[in-house]
Amino acid sequence: MRRLVQWFLAVFTAAMVLLYLSERLNEMEGYAGGNTITVYNWGDYIDPKLIQAFEKKTGIKVIYQTFDSNEAMMAKIAQGGTTFDVAVPSEYAISKMKEEGLLVPLDHSKLPNLKYIDPRFLNLSFDPNNRYSVPYFWGTVGIVYNRKMLGGKSITSWNDLWSRDLRNQILLVDGAREVIGMGLNSLHYSLNDTNKAHLQQAKKKLDALMPNVKAIVGDEIKLLLANEEAAIGVVWSGDAAEIISENDHLDYVVPKEGSNLWFDNMVIPKTAKNIKGAHEFINFMLDPKNAAKNAEYVGYSTPNKKALDYLPKEITNDKRFYPDFDSIGHLEVYKNLGKRMLAYYNELFLEFKMHRK
Amino acid sequence: MMKAMKSNVRNAYLIPYALWIILFVVAPILLILYYSFFDIEGKWTFENYEKFLTPIYLKMTLNSFWYAFLITLFSLLVAYPTAYLLTKTKHKQLWLLLIILPTWVNLLLKVYAFLGIFGTFGLANAILKTIGIGAKQILFTDFSFIFVSVYIFIPFMVLPIFNALEELNPSLIDAARDLGASAWTTFRRVVFPLTLSGVKAGCQAVFIPSLSLFMITRLIAGNRVITLGTAIEEHFLVTQDWGMGATIAVFLMLAMAVIVGMTGSRKRGK
Repeated sequence: MRRLVQWFLAVFTAAMVLLYLSERLNEMEGYAGGNTITVYNWGDYIDPKLIQAFEKKTGIKVIYQTFDSNEAMMAKIAQGGTTFDVAVPSEYAISKMKEEGLLVPLDHSKLPNLKYIDPRFLNLSFDPNNRYSVPYFWGTVGIVYNRKMLGGKSITSWNDLWSRDLRNQILLVDGAREVIGMGLNSLHYSLNDTNKAHLQQAKKKLDALMPNVKAIVGDEIKLLLANEEAAIGVVWSGDAAEIISENDHLDYVVPKEGSNLWFDNMVIPKTAKNIKGAHEFINFMLDPKNAAKNAEYVGYSTPNKKALDYLPKEITNDKRFYPDFDSIGHLEVYKNLGKRMLAYYNELFLEFKMHRK
Repeated sequence: MMKAMKSNVRNAYLIPYALWIILFVVAPILLILYYSFFDIEGKWTFENYEKFLTPIYLKMTLNSFWYAFLITLFSLLVAYPTAYLLTKTKHKQLWLLLIILPTWVNLLLKVYAFLGIFGTFGLANAILKTIGIGAKQILFTDFSFIFVSVYIFIPFMVLPIFNALEELNPSLIDAARDLGASAWTTFRRVVFPLTLSGVKAGCQAVFIPSLSLFMITRLIAGNRVITLGTAIEEHFLVTQDWGMGATIAVFLMLAMAVIVGMTGSRKRGK
């Protein structure tokens, strides 16, 4: 019994000492005292040097956390409990978060740099007058292909992927809307189609693609494509830009049948504690020089018109990543289809994954 | 008097334990059960259970059991001889430590390492090429999935079997041999039956977690293997259909209870 009490006291003391030390460490790094903001962003989606620059300029400490899907991010914010002062959801997630009252309206007087944003990216249907959100990056979904591995052949459409000589050569990104959407697009249906007959038809068509599919993966897709593990990948444009810069044989195309056009946007979620700091952070990221630096690091396309002046010409003239808007009329933005429909998309995707070659 | 007081004190010691069990074991299970009766819009329903009994989820269940069975079988095939040889070595504890050591490394790191080893230009294919077999697709196949899972679970199989073998009284083996049993008969009739409890414990420790494996299914099997664990993850994180996720979890718990009931040691009554 005495041994037990001694043990218990020892563990308790050790825990207290650790607690004290971690408090002191936080103080030393400036995390205590309340002047912090927590930024909740996609993985590998900001130039870390910008965070340091922001901390130096404003004296506000940034705690940076990442998520890997809009849904996971929303679940965490909806549950509360954790403080997030700035988050970066995609457009359909914003309309959903708006509906559920998870967002704090922005104070535009505290965001003077908003004027640098290209008007084409403002006042979009998912957030009229940008009451809740400010554009961060935008891009497309398309196909990365390896010219060397395909013997010089080029890919221009979704339907090219069904070709017989591409057996076991395709990597797909693990996203229900992206993959089902590609099936829909290949049949010339809308990405936001809610007709179950059309969706079933798309799923059937995707099943026929299975022999060509090597794997359905997450963020590893970048590593696998750069290492020539497969010749073709269905990816987001920014991931494509990143791996193309690592492997010269790779090229990116937005398929001619149509594809997805998406916007990631900065918002202030309901869980925010430091709303003033959050505005300062958003305004800082909207500064043209910072936006340019960020775009160069991340690889996605910036909606900041002034920032384009600070980016190298070979980036801004690249029509694969900065297409003219009149040439991408066939691209669609995801709509919030509602929980039921989204569940149906996911069910089909799960069935597709279980389809054996 | 004294006795009553003593048992009161003893009951008081039980309070923290009971609280723990109620808060962290009973309550979560009840919550899962509760959630499983709601559909995606938060309405009370049995729909999820009906949905589970459709071919897609039944197929998934069968798949999960089949892969879990294979993983357990191969783990056992590797782990039993390993544990047996371990008991014969000089520095048992050192060897045992070496087997346990990999469990200290983060699981994700180990899995990522296999991405490199099994890749088209990885070590495994380089070896296949030099011995003249030629490059094969290893990554994203059933083989790689089972191989990596077995690799991860082996320490959990070796430990209980090793302990059971250690507890075995060596004079029993001598007796068997003195009475004329061959080495094989001794193993079959004496050693194996007496270490069965360790084998059972090991099988439970491997089979149950492999039923709900995820992450490896994506990283190593490229989502070509879909287990119940993958489906639960997807329903909670992507679809936000907590009801369906909870329903699958309920079935998993039932399956586990059955397995534990079947393999559990029946109160060594002797």
